[in-house]
Amino acid sequence: MNETRITHTASYLPARVVANAELAEMMETSDDWIYSRTGIKNRRVVENQNTSDLCTEVARALILKSGKKPSDIDFIIVATMTPDYSSPSTACLVQGNLEASNAMAFDISAACSGFVYALSMGETLIGSGKYQTGMVIAGETMSKVLDWEDRSTAVLFGDGAGGVLLENTGERPQFIDEYLQSDGSRGMSLTTSYSYNSSPFYQAEKKASTTLKMDGRSIFDFSLRNVSANIRTIVERNQLSDESIDYVLAHQANVRILDAVAKKSNLSRGKFLSNIASYANTSAASIPILLHECIEKGILQLGSQQKIVLTGFGGGLTWGSILLSL
Amino acid sequence: MATFAKIQEIIVDQLGKEEEEVQLTTNFREELEADSLDLFQIINDIEDEFDVKIETDEGLNTVEDLVKFVDGELAK
Repeated sequence: MNETRITHTASYLPARVVANAELAEMMETSDDWIYSRTGIKNRRVVENQNTSDLCTEVARALILKSGKKPSDIDFIIVATMTPDYSSPSTACLVQGNLEASNAMAFDISAACSGFVYALSMGETLIGSGKYQTGMVIAGETMSKVLDWEDRSTAVLFGDGAGGVLLENTGERPQFIDEYLQSDGSRGMSLTTSYSYNSSPFYQAEKKASTTLKMDGRSIFDFSLRNVSANIRTIVERNQLSDESIDYVLAHQANVRILDAVAKKSNLSRGKFLSNIASYANTSAASIPILLHECIEKGILQLGSQQKIVLTGFGGGLTWGSILLSL
Repeated sequence: MATFAKIQEIIVDQLGKEEEEVQLTTNFREELEADSLDLFQIINDIEDEFDVKIETDEGLNTVEDLVKFVDGELAK
């Protein structure tokens, strides 16, 4: 029987802390304005690293904690919307840095839902019986795609990475259910890094747009309606009472969105864990960073059978939940 | 009047205010200090409650603006 389990977690945050007050010196904003609308106080920002560097730190920590050799790893999946290159993939750069000589490696692009999507892929690979051990890592350097003169988006994001080691343990199932969704018809609500074709044969307008753009109301509406409904569906179709869900680890987009999603999904706000005050929105990385932090603090314990829901949502649009019995 | 009562209830719930503070002439941006995210949520609740679509919050400043907009949509 092939059963995928998360056996170790890790995260890596760049050292440089940028507080709201520092941003207020750069643009027309204030600590109070940012905190009251987002719940964010600080974020981490890279000074000399790229996404693959952050993800490599996570991969090395997973090797150290598990006592495995890099050659034991069968696959490395990296979820990111801020890769170093289009090619090679960030996952291949990590695989090279780690010298994980037996691992296949590839990236997944699902924006802020990236970790949940990648975890689903990793679980399925091991569940197939063809792979035994893999890493699922999400990492972002959002600082490189932000318009640092746009106060409506620059204050929201941070850099960081987190990940898990997946193993085929053959023990009781840890992955209970998943419900992943997407809607490309609303994709223009959140865009970044549009590249143009510079070929001499290309006739259409050559206009690149590298920075992140977001239609705040559309994204808020999407979070309220679709994300709440997704969480409700996964709870109800598994015949779980609201009380039997221990915690929801939702993408750390904005504390006000977490408040609204909790209310709309009829789950107690206390079940929604959060560390957005320290790290802001780290896109795909926010869930594994939070997961690792909660395990380190003892709020969550692997092997405890606590029931948790991991819920990602963001650009694409993409969203989805995975129900775990830790 | 039914529209006002329901919208009043939504605003009271969302902003944590007393009913007396939410009257037809109340400017929710200035008098109730509703920020953009509060407004998104109020609009979202109104859309769900009355099954209408509010494309933009431009020009919607008082409770009466909301009531008139909703009644206008319902009359279509």
